[in-house]
Amino acid sequence: MIRKKIGGFVNISRRKAIKMIAVSSAFFCSGVGGVLAGKPEVSDQINNVISGSQAREADVFLDVPEIAENGNQVKVAFEIESPMSASDFVQEVYIMADGNPAPNVAKFNFTPYSGECFASTRMRLSKTQDVYLVAKFNDGTHSITQSTIKVTIGGCGG
Amino acid sequence: MSKIKPRAKIPKEAELDEVIEIKTLIRHPMHSGRVKDVNGKTIPRLIINKFNATFNGKVVFTVNLEPSISSNPYISFPFKVKEEGTFELSWEEDGGNQYKLTKSLKVV
Repeated sequence: MIRKKIGGFVNISRRKAIKMIAVSSAFFCSGVGGVLAGKPEVSDQINNVISGSQAREADVFLDVPEIAENGNQVKVAFEIESPMSASDFVQEVYIMADGNPAPNVAKFNFTPYSGECFASTRMRLSKTQDVYLVAKFNDGTHSITQSTIKVTIGGCGG
Repeated sequence: MSKIKPRAKIPKEAELDEVIEIKTLIRHPMHSGRVKDVNGKTIPRLIINKFNATFNGKVVFTVNLEPSISSNPYISFPFKVKEEGTFELSWEEDGGNQYKLTKSLKVV
């Protein structure tokens, strides 16, 4: 009798447990969906930047670490093949990170005085995420490069 | 609080048509507006939001910085030497404060 009771109790709890798991996983999935809402934000930003311009082939080298141990100081450097003459130069370079609270990281404005197109800085990354580089040329064309960085410790202080 | 102090490393001399790399660093906390202090109060946003580099009065390079840039922002950028002159580097902080640095460059 006691066994039956216990058995029954266990059965119910297991069923309950399965239900709970199902429900919680559904919640979890929707939660993840909410977090991923940052990604359309980035694509919106990129679309804003490149609206009305055509893509072009360009040699873009985005130098970021594959794994960043500390998200507070992540080196980001880039080099773009360009003659940097008055008629053909890289005008703007945007760096964006899709997992940060605000996707924009920096915007570099080059001029023909630069001679070559490279620069570097350091950024904060809150978690493992994709980093995008959007280069805009003076003739209105653009080029997009992307790289994934694994972050061990996030750098947003939260 | 540590004093905000800009620094730059520019070669003193360069050859004509040489592309030099200029390295700059400014000591600045870059409060992103998301970090809380020990009392649980949010530290208000205070960042360097713009970096300008001019050479003999001409703008050669600028950067718009966002809160995602690390504290003590480091920026390096290229410059093609065409003439002698002076670099004027300026960092603009939220609220309008400016930090400036001038360095001269000789052509050999």
